[in-house]
Amino acid sequence: MLARKTKSDIVFDIANYAFLGFFTIMILYPLYFIVIASVSDPDRIFTGDVWLWPSGLTFDGYRRIFNDPAIWIGYRNSILYAAVSAVISTVLVIMAAYPVSRKDFLGRNAFMTFFVITLFFNGGIIPTYLLIKQLHLIDTMWAVVLPSAVDAFLIIIAKTFFQELPGELREAAAIDGCRNIKYLLSIVLPLSKPIIAVLVLFAVVRQWNGFFDALIYLNDGDKFPLQLVLRNILIQSQPSGNLVNDIDTLLAKQRVTELIKFGVIIVAALPLLILYPFLQRFFVKGVMVGSVKG
Amino acid sequence: MERKQNHGLTLRHQSRFKRIRENYELYLLILFPVAYFVIFKYWPMYGVQIAFKDFSASKGIWGSPWTGFENFQRFFESYNFWNIIGNTVYLSLLNLVIAFPIPILVAVMLNQLRQEKLKRFIQTTIYAPYFISTVVLVGMMFVFLSPSSGLVNIVIQLFGGKPILFMGESEWFRPLYILSTIWQETGFASVIYLAALAGIDPHLHEAAVVDGASKWQRIRHIDIPGIAPTIVVLFILAVGNLMNVGFEKAFLMQGDLNVDVSEIIPTYVYKIGIQRAQYSFSAAIGLFNAVINLVLLIMVNRAAKKISGNGLF
Repeated sequence: MLARKTKSDIVFDIANYAFLGFFTIMILYPLYFIVIASVSDPDRIFTGDVWLWPSGLTFDGYRRIFNDPAIWIGYRNSILYAAVSAVISTVLVIMAAYPVSRKDFLGRNAFMTFFVITLFFNGGIIPTYLLIKQLHLIDTMWAVVLPSAVDAFLIIIAKTFFQELPGELREAAAIDGCRNIKYLLSIVLPLSKPIIAVLVLFAVVRQWNGFFDALIYLNDGDKFPLQLVLRNILIQSQPSGNLVNDIDTLLAKQRVTELIKFGVIIVAALPLLILYPFLQRFFVKGVMVGSVKG
Repeated sequence: MERKQNHGLTLRHQSRFKRIRENYELYLLILFPVAYFVIFKYWPMYGVQIAFKDFSASKGIWGSPWTGFENFQRFFESYNFWNIIGNTVYLSLLNLVIAFPIPILVAVMLNQLRQEKLKRFIQTTIYAPYFISTVVLVGMMFVFLSPSSGLVNIVIQLFGGKPILFMGESEWFRPLYILSTIWQETGFASVIYLAALAGIDPHLHEAAVVDGASKWQRIRHIDIPGIAPTIVVLFILAVGNLMNVGFEKAFLMQGDLNVDVSEIIPTYVYKIGIQRAQYSFSAAIGLFNAVINLVLLIMVNRAAKKISGNGLF
């Protein structure tokens, strides 16, 4: 393209850089501030000294966080729930999506309608809660893992992917005497790594960040996922006893609590932010398959 | 004549049966997800009938006596009905009017950047908050806005102002709700628009440049019309979710001081249903919400079809 810039284009470019620059800083700065604040002396934060660099370096917050059993239990539970949920979700979605992706599968539209209806109608919080109660799943891992494991949206994404696999593959396999299950396991699945990654990541992110199911179905603190533990520390400002009980004065307690808050924000967000460059690629793929073509 | 028809019918039946038998393994596969949907999605729909009943756990869903619309009537007549409906509608409308267009704006502006590396850097940065949980997001708001130690109030004080109790005062609930949504979701939401923009035929732009069109004119006459169908579809979806403002964030941001503006239908259902175990009453409120939502979705879909020819279904 010709590099011919009119005056209005130059004005536009300046405005554009200013706008995007401002927006990017507004997004990035809070994240950055949390990082520097988590290793700064709380007193220096109160006086406004900490805004560009950490000041009065201290790792006291992290030391306390890593010594707190509640946080470790939350971490362990979140990892467990995310892993179990990812397996259940991925397996069930593939079991649903592969058959309906096949043109020779009689009743595919009926099955698809059966799944998609649930995107528009659902029982709502209370009937779902009563179901979980009826099934005696309250206060078990399954209450957190099962109800939200499969979503028709995921089935649509996976089905779209499977449909794009070349039909000739199956014809060739059929000639060699390869039946449906074997074909799915030995040919389709190895070719489906991208969609499996999308499904696993959706499930992991949902479990890692979610707290609603845990809030209504779990009472036992030993089963709380990380997000519920965090809620007590961050929002209800009730760090578990172990975090601050060695401190005598109320004021010092409050200071350390602030420090701990910065630290747990990092500790909670870190796993996903480390996975993030990888996550983003697959999420973009999944979202586009699901929304543009869906 | 009759014979022929019969013959054709049996043939079709045979081939149908054969087709099912040939793929019986696929039916076995799909049996598991179907069972999952029956239990976890359709059973709660069946359970919605408790909204029209006086549910008691001992009698079960089936055995509890019908009460007709009594639960709904009780909700309509309750003193805080209009307050809760108003809060729900107001919050979601604000969200729709303010938070919906911003990803479009960001995508269009990003699309104008020539430097691929810079573009990718900005995109990656603004996408990141999507992976932060609601608990952490609201926790960050508490930390930044704390009246004693929060950065925002420190800055306000530096300029001689008085610290503001952001998370407590009612008038701050809505702005903070919307701003945090923009912060968290703009990057994620702009992905779809960027994809749509990338799909626009580059010849259109080249021709426009030859004709002397400025960047601004190309945005107005090529980019915006080019992504209009995507905007319409996402707008319909957003309106269809109008009454489903997020429980999680409102619930976490809610405190005794701002409950007059932060009480929305989902938080109310949670309080009445889960905390106070008034199952039938809160199921009725939930159902009322869902019905409004569905009606909105159908209406806006029809309107969009009429105006632009694009619809969801």
